Amino acid sequence: MSGKLSVRNVAIAVLLLALVLLPVYVELGGSRFLLTLFTRILILAMAAVSLNLILGYGGMMSFGHAAYLGIGGYAVGMLAHEGVFSGFVQWPVALFASALFALVIGALSLRTRGVYFIMITLAFAQMAYYIVAGLARYGGDDGLTIYKRSQFISPINLSNKVQFYYICLAVLIGSIYLVWRIVNSRFGLTIQGARSNDTRMRAIGFPTYRYKLVCFVIAGTMCGLAGALLANHTDFVSPATMYWTRSGDLIIMVVLGGMGSAFGPFFGAVALLVLEEVLSGITEYWQIILGPLLLLVVLFARGGIDGLLGKVRHRVSHG
Amino acid sequence: MTLFIEQCLNGLQFGLLLFLLAAGLTLVFGIMDLVNLAHGSLYMMGAYFAATFVAWTGNFVFGVVLALGATLLVGMAVEVIAMRRLYGRDHLDHVLGTFGLILFFDELVRLIWGPEGLTLPLPSWLNTSIQILPGVDYSAYKLSIIVVTLAVAAFLYVLVMRTRIGMLIRAGASNREMVGALGVNIKLLYTLVFGLGAALAGLAGLMQAPILTVQVGMGENILILAFVITVIGGIGSIRGALVAAIFVGFIDTLGRAFFPDLLRMAFTKEVAATAAPALSSMLIYLLMAIVLVVKPEGLFAASDK
Repeated sequence: MSGKLSVRNVAIAVLLLALVLLPVYVELGGSRFLLTLFTRILILAMAAVSLNLILGYGGMMSFGHAAYLGIGGYAVGMLAHEGVFSGFVQWPVALFASALFALVIGALSLRTRGVYFIMITLAFAQMAYYIVAGLARYGGDDGLTIYKRSQFISPINLSNKVQFYYICLAVLIGSIYLVWRIVNSRFGLTIQGARSNDTRMRAIGFPTYRYKLVCFVIAGTMCGLAGALLANHTDFVSPATMYWTRSGDLIIMVVLGGMGSAFGPFFGAVALLVLEEVLSGITEYWQIILGPLLLLVVLFARGGIDGLLGKVRHRVSHG
Repeated sequence: MTLFIEQCLNGLQFGLLLFLLAAGLTLVFGIMDLVNLAHGSLYMMGAYFAATFVAWTGNFVFGVVLALGATLLVGMAVEVIAMRRLYGRDHLDHVLGTFGLILFFDELVRLIWGPEGLTLPLPSWLNTSIQILPGVDYSAYKLSIIVVTLAVAAFLYVLVMRTRIGMLIRAGASNREMVGALGVNIKLLYTLVFGLGAALAGLAGLMQAPILTVQVGMGENILILAFVITVIGGIGSIRGALVAAIFVGFIDTLGRAFFPDLLRMAFTKEVAATAAPALSSMLIYLLMAIVLVVKPEGLFAASDK
């Protein structure tokens, strides 16, 4: 975020403007489906933004991030099932449950590193998956339908699609801002220092384990909020929300967009989900194109979309 | 008691089957330092090839041999086209790139064989049961799986520890450049190792095929189990994979069979009925979490890593 008129900043501004104006376009006769699609994109982008905090800045390769989506969603779904519809109860519970889960699995997982960390976060997420799949009272494998969205005080009405869209957009921008503030604070610099060289950070006196754990909990809590939004968006929550392939999708969004950049995961989520939509319009077998495409991104475009935008700026200013 | 013996054998059989998958994973990880999520896809390809070739040739053994060869070739092709470029990269790149391969293979299979699953019927000489103890009958096919996997484990041991190829493999694992400098074609060696891992996964897939249906995505659940095993056993250690695989096979099978009854003794019937399925699927992950917390490098961590 250099504040200059770079290609990247122009791209961000254009994307944001388009997102702000999207409901207007839909009202003027565009397809209503666009609004649903983009609400979903905004919510998953928020999940990706939260993953980026630990993956991109903290170097913690969590392969179980979708668990929080499910936990936030199930907090809303279960409370609604029990007759508690107030969002003032549901959402704090969703946040608290995600934070608690992140605290427990973070405290255990952060003792390991590398592939072991990838695998242990995956294992914990799978455990959460099996727990909710076993909850017969809340639908088990089939999932849980939410008949009434979270209730807030009068002007706020989540059932209004346009209003819900703007709420998601605001929450997403808020979370991008929050992550940006965190990574540029003393705390965030410590986290990034620990990513580059954990041993050295500890040697100069930072208890990196605690820093990383707090960071892990913040990311989990943010993703729990995304989960609560997602449950309200689909009026449904199921164990599939937290299956490991969903965690894989979130990682793809972060890497595709550009790890460790403020707007990267946002670009990544938009790109991946729009690409899915477009490809599935072309052929029923769209994943046969998406799969190799991902491999190509990994092999040849390490910085993701954000990196590409940065490169364009580089060429313009030097060319 | 009969049930208990039978379930123990089932556990052993499942564990050994998982070992075939885990051995390939751990070989590839230990030697090439590559996290391969697409390993489950090779398992799936093995099963689909076997179902197709057995139907083609009309002969079970012949079809299985062809399927093994085909999986080996697919594995080697994947290595040459994609994996080779991922060596030395970040683990995150491996996860992402091979995740892409999973999508590719799943869709490819759906395109070629259609969305409905296939079945692989057993020949009559395997589709019987054998009396193993007085009064205890056991499926001949499952027994043959145990025998085959044990033979493969022995073969792997001899291959890695007692042959020249195995020596090169171990040398390549500890210092790639040095082995290359001594005039060994390290690229070819890696391709062969990856192909071997693929063939092992394919063998696991085609042996599981007659028991379960052959379907898209069959590799994904079992892949996670195989990963759990490699992590429990210590990444890179074949011996660790064997021990952990048998352990996991037992816990999973016996847990599913007897855990509900145990719970029923401790809690009310209702609690047991709700909690048992979730808890018994969780047992393995719980085991892994405990192992990693106590020994973050796994039980048999390769000492030189």
